[in-house]
Amino acid sequence: MLKILKYSFYDLMRSRWSYIYFLFYLLLGTVLLFLNNDLSKAIITLMNVIIILVPLIGTIFGVMYYYNSKEFTELLLAQPLKRNSIFLGQYLGLSLSLTMSLVLGIGIPFILYGIFKSDSIWNFSLLLITGAFLTFIFTALAFNISLSNENKIKGFGYAVLLWLFLAIIYDGIFLMSLILFEDYPLDKLSLFGTMLNPIDLSRTLILLKLDISALLGYTGAVFKKFFGTSFGLIVSLFMLFVWILIPTLRIIVKSKKKDF
Amino acid sequence: MYKKFNIYHIKKLHKLFIVIIMIGMHTITIYANTHIVCKTCAHTTIKETIKAASAYDTIIVKKATYNEYNIIVDKPLTIIGKNYPVIDGKRQGEIITIISDHVTIDGLFIINVGTSYTEDYAAIRVKKSKDFMIQNVVLEKLFFGIYLEKARDGVLYHNKIIGDAVEEYNSGNGIQLWYCKNIIIEHNFVQRVRDGIYLEFSDDCKIKNNVSSHNIRYGLHFMFSNNDSYENNTFEKNGAGVAVMFSKKIKMYRNIFKENWGSASYGMLLKEINDAEITENTFEENTIGINIEGSNRIQYSKNNFINNGWAIKVRGACYTNTFKLNNFLNNSFDISYNSKLNDNLFHNNYWSKYTGYDLDKDGIGDVPYRPVKLFSYIVNRTPETIILLRSLFIDIIDFSEKVSPVFTPDKLLDHHPLIHKIKW
Repeated sequence: MLKILKYSFYDLMRSRWSYIYFLFYLLLGTVLLFLNNDLSKAIITLMNVIIILVPLIGTIFGVMYYYNSKEFTELLLAQPLKRNSIFLGQYLGLSLSLTMSLVLGIGIPFILYGIFKSDSIWNFSLLLITGAFLTFIFTALAFNISLSNENKIKGFGYAVLLWLFLAIIYDGIFLMSLILFEDYPLDKLSLFGTMLNPIDLSRTLILLKLDISALLGYTGAVFKKFFGTSFGLIVSLFMLFVWILIPTLRIIVKSKKKDF
Repeated sequence: MYKKFNIYHIKKLHKLFIVIIMIGMHTITIYANTHIVCKTCAHTTIKETIKAASAYDTIIVKKATYNEYNIIVDKPLTIIGKNYPVIDGKRQGEIITIISDHVTIDGLFIINVGTSYTEDYAAIRVKKSKDFMIQNVVLEKLFFGIYLEKARDGVLYHNKIIGDAVEEYNSGNGIQLWYCKNIIIEHNFVQRVRDGIYLEFSDDCKIKNNVSSHNIRYGLHFMFSNNDSYENNTFEKNGAGVAVMFSKKIKMYRNIFKENWGSASYGMLLKEINDAEITENTFEENTIGINIEGSNRIQYSKNNFINNGWAIKVRGACYTNTFKLNNFLNNSFDISYNSKLNDNLFHNNYWSKYTGYDLDKDGIGDVPYRPVKLFSYIVNRTPETIILLRSLFIDIIDFSEKVSPVFTPDKLLDHHPLIHKIKW
């Protein structure tokens, strides 16, 4: 597995897209810092961008990579190699290279600006951690989609739809249902609803840091426990892990059964 | 001719006054005695020393522990503690009661005030007196700290009040003023009591440079008090922040309101306040920076609102207030309204969320800023939706509301938002 991971990682490192992705974040970070001159404001803006863009890039890149390297994958499958290691290797290689582009692209301008000396270091590292989680989750989801769909166009369509659903539509439905059932106690439901969407989950993680004063304005014991203590942070991080684990397991199961 | 004569006359009178004052001071210094209290002195308790002393004497209390309560100061005395002598009330009742004018208390360490549900026992109570001074006093394990009752023209300077209050119903206030006038409260530290500083029916008081923190209820609390001012104070981590209620013409300058967190927690709570001035204050990381209810003609200028949940929450019946030259930095919500009506003016503020441009480079944005978001209206209605804060979907509906307001007050605009943060 490690060997395949290494190959796909190096392959991606040489690819134009990784560089473009890296340069995009580098530019974004630099421009934000240059225009704002304010670390915490730049971090808030970046958060908005990362939460939407990282999943989009993750899904599109994942689907694209799978379909593009399909012939190479079929060649590998002819060799005495475990299917597990082929697909997991490819998946991890892709996720790692995307994460690296993200972390380096945003990290370099912030380090040059002096993030280590400021007190926003925790907010910033949380931002990078969430970005990394989202990359892993959405690449895994993309692999799932492309493993299930032989048709390239269909695969792309589903991937974009998935992103659209989790990034926007889900929140719309969520909001409507909260308003619809406003007569009932909703704090458990609202926390549960957040757990079911990795984008919402990472948004909550960042809210915990940035908007804690607003979140504590709501009177609910469950809310208070979740946001007032480190309980919220632990649960959110754990759920993000689960969100990586489940799609990855499905990759393993699906790739074992799949007829090439 | 006439004018010259007049000035000459006044000069002469002035000299006469100085002579009279000097004679007066002379007599005081001649006849004032100094009494010393210690465990081996002629007087071993403060009570008997007060009995033995005559007006305008000085009592010096040497370092020891005195188990006394109900000490009544009924003549003009100066009581000075050397190296903080301890007066232990053994939780029996009130400790020092001042019922005379011209009393000075300096440098005492008073502990164990009695707790009662029928009487407000205080460590030091000033009753119907004038021209008193209480300074460098340390109070611990108290019920009420310093209680001024129908007193006037006094000074509370550099006292430290550290309570251990847990519940509202069985704790007292740090500094309480009831029907007082012209009191100066300066450089005091009040912690862990019910209300740090409480003013009821007290006018013309000045509250300066105090630190009031970790109190169960309010850091500072005004009730029916007019023409007071408070400046350069710090209010931090209080149960519900600072409350200014049913008062007129209060001046609030350069105070810091920090980290008041909770569902009923405010940096500042204004209720039925008219004609106040709120200038150069900093509101940082409060659940609600300022909560306004039934307050009219208030000038808000040059305040900083940083990282609050709600910078300003307007509940209703607030008319002709002006918000000018304030900085709104990274608040979850800048302004929240619960109605569509607006009669308040927002002018030349800096909003960190402003996305407009300034083509003529005059430092003022060319597009008006709309500080009330649709989402704040939704959160008012269904509080649980707060969990969707900063979601892309919310940004989209906020944007559509911005383009054509339906739920939020459509005339609430800052027509001239500033492009750069205001510094002063």
